Amino acid sequence: MLELGGIVEAVGEMISSVMGSLGFGSGMITLMQLLTAALAVISFAAVLTLFLVWMERKVSARFQMRVGPYRVGWQGTIQTVADAVKLLQKEDITPVNVDRAIYFWAPVVTFVAAVAVYVTMPFGEGLIVRDLNIGILYIIAITTFTVIGLLMAGWSSNNKYSLLGGFRSAAQVVSYEVPLAIAILGVVMLTETLSMLEIVHQQSKFYQWHVWRQPLGFIVFWIAGTAEVNRTPFDLPEADSELVAGFVTEYSGMKFAMFFLAEFVNMFTLSAVATTLYFGGWNGPLLPSWAWFMIKAMAGVFVLMWFRWTYPRLRVDQLMGFAWKFLLPLAFLNLILTGLGIHFF
Amino acid sequence: MDTFSLAFFVLAFLIVASAIFVVSSKNIFHSAIFLILALSGVAGLFVMLHAYFLAAAQVLIYVGAISVLMIFAVMLTSRIADKEIRHTNEQVGIGLLISGGLLAVILYSLYNTPFTISDQPIAEGAGMTLGRLLLTKFVLPFEVVSVLLLAALIGAIIIARRDTKTGDSVPPRPIPLPKSLQQAKGESES
Repeated sequence: MLELGGIVEAVGEMISSVMGSLGFGSGMITLMQLLTAALAVISFAAVLTLFLVWMERKVSARFQMRVGPYRVGWQGTIQTVADAVKLLQKEDITPVNVDRAIYFWAPVVTFVAAVAVYVTMPFGEGLIVRDLNIGILYIIAITTFTVIGLLMAGWSSNNKYSLLGGFRSAAQVVSYEVPLAIAILGVVMLTETLSMLEIVHQQSKFYQWHVWRQPLGFIVFWIAGTAEVNRTPFDLPEADSELVAGFVTEYSGMKFAMFFLAEFVNMFTLSAVATTLYFGGWNGPLLPSWAWFMIKAMAGVFVLMWFRWTYPRLRVDQLMGFAWKFLLPLAFLNLILTGLGIHFF
Repeated sequence: MDTFSLAFFVLAFLIVASAIFVVSSKNIFHSAIFLILALSGVAGLFVMLHAYFLAAAQVLIYVGAISVLMIFAVMLTSRIADKEIRHTNEQVGIGLLISGGLLAVILYSLYNTPFTISDQPIAEGAGMTLGRLLLTKFVLPFEVVSVLLLAALIGAIIIARRDTKTGDSVPPRPIPLPKSLQQAKGESES
């Protein structure tokens, strides 16, 4: 079948042979291969976002008995391309009273944190940039940089709505990270490894999917993850009806686009991590591995969109209580049950 | 110079430079951001030593939790983020003396320690070994540390709520809003 792993390998070999014949050292060749991989990941993120924005608009339209984007391209498929071009042409406004350096770096930090996660993401057989033996821990660690970016944006904008958005995001992400990590710990206890590749290999059959053995863990993971990527019902950091646009209020043009990109990439990341940890990753019959991965991940993204257009937003005072008094005990219960299960079976 | 040393010197420069900015910056929020940069640089050093688990833990704990809470505290404490606040140290002389002495001690011990360099390959799955050791050989120190952290946690809560010494359940005092928000609050109330 159409496996992309071979192509990736061929490109890597081509780089090494071409650069080798030009007389570059092995260090430079590795660097070049890594740069190519980074470029591929960033392009993937950009194209993915274009698609996800279109999907979000179409899904939301259907939920509201509308048609959604329709005019530009077939079923409005090129609508987001047109919007992106428009965004690129916008003037890059820096308000007078912002803290310039931090205002500039905030979208960069957010975007890099969002994309850097894909280093250890197994998109398909052979489609992984680098299989780290701390894979899932790396992903949890890197995503924490997102909070720093949001806080930087909120503080540097010198705007009360931005600041409130930054506050909320920091409190929310730090709180929900705890049940998220403990829910993931349940899977790690079962697999006895942190490597994403190894976790996928252990779920090659349908009945081996970890979601069957970790249903409670998956529910906690999914709820905490939804909060972690600031999606409704947990989108308080950018609650439009209260905070204008939260931490992105003062941003425009490309900088705004980078926040936007990071948000959609993070949404896909959550879904991709869920696919890898709980739904067997790329494993599936007939279709090539990357297609299975994308199908499963896109199904997860659809569920996130479903949440967004169905549930009302949580109140800010309920938010913390929900994380610490409800999700965290559930996550610990899952941990204890997993431990007992491993001990007795 | 090979790539490894080059990467080391870039990282070392990054760490030292941002550490200097942490203590010399006039703006406390900038200090916090530079602290994050310095801590991330240390994580980079761990990566260079192939201590991936340690690097991830460093980022997760110091960048993800501690720094965020620190920024949170900075932003929630009224007036501390103002530009007028003084950050100059009045005891520069004694400070220099102490840090110079510490540097001398560290350099002395560095030059007098015989570092054994082994030819063995770096162990794979260091996280697993670390976890096993923490729950077998070092279980007592591990537990003592967690009790210590718990005590610190309870202590912080008690300090923060010291108004309740009468035994009555006094509602927690409202957190003072930052200056930029106080104005907004006054407007909405009037």
